[in-house]
Amino acid sequence: MAKTIDQYFDDLRGTRVWRSIFRSGTGSSTLKRALAIQQNVFLHLFSTKVRTRMLSFSATWYLGTLTLGTFLILVGTGIPLMLYYHPSVPQAYADTKDLQFVVSSGIFLRSLHRWSAHAMVFLVFAHMFKVFYRGAYRTPREFNWVIGVILLLITLLLSYTGYLLPWDQLAYWAITVGSNIASAVPVMGDKIHFMLLGGNSVNANALLRFYVLHCMILPLAAMFFVAVHFWRIRKDGGLYAHSSEPATLRANATMETAGVKEVQ
Amino acid sequence: MADSKDFTAGVDSNAKKSPRRIVFITRRTSAQVKAETEDQVQTFPEVLFRAAVAIMTLAVALVWISLIFNAPLEGLADPSHTPNPAKAPWYFLGLQEMLHYFPPVVAGVLVPGLVVMALIVIPYFRVNIEAEGFFLKDRQRRLRIFYVVAGLLCLLLIWRDVYAALVPTLIMAGLMLLAAQSSPQSPSAFRRYLAARPLSYWVMTWFLFELVVLTAIGTFFRGPGWAWVLPWQGS
Repeated sequence: MAKTIDQYFDDLRGTRVWRSIFRSGTGSSTLKRALAIQQNVFLHLFSTKVRTRMLSFSATWYLGTLTLGTFLILVGTGIPLMLYYHPSVPQAYADTKDLQFVVSSGIFLRSLHRWSAHAMVFLVFAHMFKVFYRGAYRTPREFNWVIGVILLLITLLLSYTGYLLPWDQLAYWAITVGSNIASAVPVMGDKIHFMLLGGNSVNANALLRFYVLHCMILPLAAMFFVAVHFWRIRKDGGLYAHSSEPATLRANATMETAGVKEVQ
Repeated sequence: MADSKDFTAGVDSNAKKSPRRIVFITRRTSAQVKAETEDQVQTFPEVLFRAAVAIMTLAVALVWISLIFNAPLEGLADPSHTPNPAKAPWYFLGLQEMLHYFPPVVAGVLVPGLVVMALIVIPYFRVNIEAEGFFLKDRQRRLRIFYVVAGLLCLLLIWRDVYAALVPTLIMAGLMLLAAQSSPQSPSAFRRYLAARPLSYWVMTWFLFELVVLTAIGTFFRGPGWAWVLPWQGS
């Protein structure tokens, strides 16, 4: 009798090499599936089980997941873009032009990177408002909300620093308008402005600073806080489901003893 | 000593979903049982599979958009030639619109600083935790506070000619007044909904409304000299 594809997969997962890479072995028992999450350094950030109700589209609109998706696309397109780009004036503009007209699929890479960046900013805002309206910032999730606000700021900064890199008119003047706001800070405004740009106006120093921030510092910061953000979901009791919260359960129990059916 | 046993035993009946648990409760302690009977699924494979499908769907959509629309690229940066209007990225255009009305220290520093502070402290304030309709308790006093705050806000916006922000404010104030006049037993589902909204909902929705309106105005309706322009007239 011929083997099914599933059986081939099971055979593969039983091999010594596979077992040496992934710590959990074969089998589809609840235990093995839990171990597949819990024994994996990346996946152990998530809980091994999720409330069935939270899988429905209306519960989360998958906004957090989709934001992660845009971040992955941005890393995946950003690294190849770095191979064709010099953060110097005016070479940066020539490189962007080359991406547009010379490099194979360069225009596609750049477009995907740019539209994904816009999508990420939009999705981060949407995620924040969805979480707010669900009331999912309530105890014990306060600090995860704060981490979320930090991630919102990092996302805005990532997008903003990336905006300068093509070194065209659009980039130059958008950053000029934006960075001038820093000068409005009382007392130390001009100092902040100078530190941000490495000069008194947007110039080659500013381009290099924004490049380092965009490709190195901010992505690392984002990954760090995203890891904490995911891990805190698990530690704080999983995705927020109002009627499963201890406070709601207590309230319902009190109501039931008082003869009332259910609050929500 | 009539009874020498120091504990009672109980068995969790739902053996299908969870391993059988036997509970020993000693006399000196009391047990707190968290009733968690909700259905759960394994993260692997159910949740991871769904997440992968969601991300792939998004990726396919973005790839299509990128194939159809090229990323914009204008001429080489030229510090001696300022485009008119010079616009920030779209997510900052709400701020840029505010800069048009208020001095930079207010619109560029104070407002965004307060917004970020307000967002951070949301979960730490009781007013954001309570989920009761704002006007259901202490109605007269809360209405008076509402009149004062909304009135002052509108006066400020009129004083600076910020009609773009005034209109959403008036609409939200109107909805709040309607909420104040609605009871949770109202036959209209919409008015029942309004009556049950807490204060945090009103503030956040007002903020979201202003954010969307000001960003849309900055993106589509502002032309040379930051004057009003229709989106299809070009610049």
